[in-house]
Amino acid sequence: MTQILMPALSPTMEEGKLAKWHVREGDAVKPGDILAEIETDKATMEFEAVDSGHIAKILVPEGTEGIKVNSPIAELRQEGEETDAPSTRAAAAEPAGKSAPRPRPVEVRERAPVPAKGAGETPAVQVAAATPEIPQGTEFVTTTVRDALRDAMAEEMRRDENVFLMGEEVAQYQGAYKVSQGLLEEFGERRVIDTPITEQGFAGLGVGAAFGGLRPIIEFMTFNFAMQAIDQVVNSAAKTLYMSGGQMGCPIVFRGPNGPAARVAAQHSQDYASWYAHVPGLKVISPYFAGDAKGLLKAAVRDPNPVIFLENEIVYGRSFPVPKLDDFVLPIGKARVIREGSDVTLVAHSISVGLIMDAADALSKEGIEAELIDLRTLRPLDTATVIESVRKTNRVISVEQGWPVCSIGSEIAAVVIDEAFDYLDAPPVRITGKDVPMPYAANLEKLALPSVEEIVSAAKRVCYR
Amino acid sequence: MARAEATAAANQQAEFPPASGRVDAAVAERLKHFYHDMLLIRRFEEKAGQLYGMGLIGGFCHLYIGQEAVVVGMQATLQPRDQVITTYRDHGHMLACGMDPSGVMAELTGRHSGYSGGKGGSMHMFSREKNFFGGHGIVGANVPIGTGLAFANRYRQNGAVCVTYFGDGAANQGQVFESFNMAALWKLPVVYVIENNQYAMGTAVQRATAEVELYRRGSADDIPGEAVDGMDVEKVYEAGRKAVQWARDGKGPYILEMKTYRYRGHSMSDPAKYRTREEVQQMREKHDPIDTFGARLVRNGTLRDEDLKAFDREVRQTINRAAEFATDSPEPAPEELYTDVLK
Repeated sequence: MTQILMPALSPTMEEGKLAKWHVREGDAVKPGDILAEIETDKATMEFEAVDSGHIAKILVPEGTEGIKVNSPIAELRQEGEETDAPSTRAAAAEPAGKSAPRPRPVEVRERAPVPAKGAGETPAVQVAAATPEIPQGTEFVTTTVRDALRDAMAEEMRRDENVFLMGEEVAQYQGAYKVSQGLLEEFGERRVIDTPITEQGFAGLGVGAAFGGLRPIIEFMTFNFAMQAIDQVVNSAAKTLYMSGGQMGCPIVFRGPNGPAARVAAQHSQDYASWYAHVPGLKVISPYFAGDAKGLLKAAVRDPNPVIFLENEIVYGRSFPVPKLDDFVLPIGKARVIREGSDVTLVAHSISVGLIMDAADALSKEGIEAELIDLRTLRPLDTATVIESVRKTNRVISVEQGWPVCSIGSEIAAVVIDEAFDYLDAPPVRITGKDVPMPYAANLEKLALPSVEEIVSAAKRVCYR
Repeated sequence: MARAEATAAANQQAEFPPASGRVDAAVAERLKHFYHDMLLIRRFEEKAGQLYGMGLIGGFCHLYIGQEAVVVGMQATLQPRDQVITTYRDHGHMLACGMDPSGVMAELTGRHSGYSGGKGGSMHMFSREKNFFGGHGIVGANVPIGTGLAFANRYRQNGAVCVTYFGDGAANQGQVFESFNMAALWKLPVVYVIENNQYAMGTAVQRATAEVELYRRGSADDIPGEAVDGMDVEKVYEAGRKAVQWARDGKGPYILEMKTYRYRGHSMSDPAKYRTREEVQQMREKHDPIDTFGARLVRNGTLRDEDLKAFDREVRQTINRAAEFATDSPEPAPEELYTDVLK
């Protein structure tokens, strides 16, 4: 007997739902037959048999959610097999190949991006949802970051005819990461535009469209590919207002996932936050929570300046409460204290916010109360909020996935030394991605990224514990 | 800020409808404008070269002398709603668009009253009012931007065309081909004008380009292209009309390769080791766009020698006023360092 195992359908997939069986017990199958449909939180994919035989037993009924990759879902009896003893050989199924009649919804340019975390795996949110922008008594709806971003774009496109979305696979494919799901249907191909794979070209085209009075949202499939276009972002979008003595202006949003995903190695795993944060003439936003993603993306679309909006592939699938308001817009350039504490300030943005939240829980058990700051915007950087916190805690640790040299943490450290030197009881600490290209091997990749353990250890160190 | 309106009436855009009965008069008027505008650019650039030599203009300064027929002929085919964008050899384009020579010159000298308040300089000037979108310093980068302006035109269905100029050097940039592809794919109203002045900085076209007939550069995307004698303003005008109409009719992009020549160096600091003095002299004497055209106008009776001289006097006055304005204007205030970074 051969076991058929739950397949991994993308680099970041850890579990999925068995949406539908295409075979029943007793059915004969041959290589290439569709066995079932597997659903991740963003796509449904068919997978095929690779061996011939009969389906002896279906182990997981259809509709079952949260099936771990590599767990057995069925048993196949191959030609000549009489016994029920399961063979040690496994993996009789693989994702539907290129010959599959339906287009494969996930594989994209050397990537199969599906977020690892389903809604059910959201880290515990201890954050008080109420902020000055949200009136008392507002209802909250649990939403994925992915849907919050989509909702923000849809609302802005409904509000302003000049807003359009352009990028690779944003329209018919519904977004390489499904962030633009449903937008083509609602707004049509005039305003949701698939581009050729031509980053420098469509980034520059977006700049020209902004000069021409439109409000482009340019999606980079990931910011790794935006390096092809960075001349247009920096030289054309960011500098023209200045170079024109204030005449021109370039109201454009460049958005997409930034930072490492999972197991995609060096060329697809880089955090560009500090690159863009370096450039005068840009605004740079990098949220973590779904509400911030929505409120800040809406603000970015309305902003008269070029805005770099850095998302995170792994965070797309995480769910957080989003205020149910008709027009929820947050101010750009404001950090948020997401947890108050007296002993040490932990500063992060994007996915690293999840890390400092976990670290704070661990530290609390050891009697260290961390104050957590989600920067949300990286340019302009809300240094006042950081300084105010450091004056209280007297210690600061920054956490990010980017490289250490000239990092966001370098800037935080410099500002704290500049403006709160006399309040410091320990040197500022930068926890960053390691100073190497991202390795592929799972163990090395883990070592290359900041971890909760590193944060906890650093916090104890600066608290002299 | 004294970014004044263009003073010279000759700089104003004019439509030249071939209304029956007064065709000849209209044509004559157009030809006079051509002569005047080319001369204005020539004298402006000569003055800019002088001011550079005096240390009043700094940095990079790329003069347009020799190429005047291209922008003057093209501009006459446009309507006020149409846009123009180019790279850094942009003084001629700005004057052709009707921007004030004083404001342009004051930008060259880095003064408060320049078009960019002294913050842009020779390569980075803009005029929203005249639909001139720069003035871009990165070779080839203006091409997707011009394509984007055309995209906005199509999006808004406003009937406008964007004329996107670039040189034979930029023609080898990847983003130019990327732009051609998208413009053809989406039938964008853009006319690409390749100003082939034979040298990308110091590299002759045949030393840098496998296909030296640059008008064929869009053939892979089925974009019509045409080679034009860019030293003859009337030929430029005729080819430009056809190309602009093509784009305006929604048929997509069009490529015009203007065979032209610059007399001066790539920039002011060009040692000119890559071509002979005789080559330059030959072009000046036999193909100068202003001299040959002036002689033609006198020959066919459109203008008299005295008229040419009168134009020259008027233009020199305009340019001298511009130079005075540009040298008398104050530099930007120190506070301006931090303005215009963000809106």
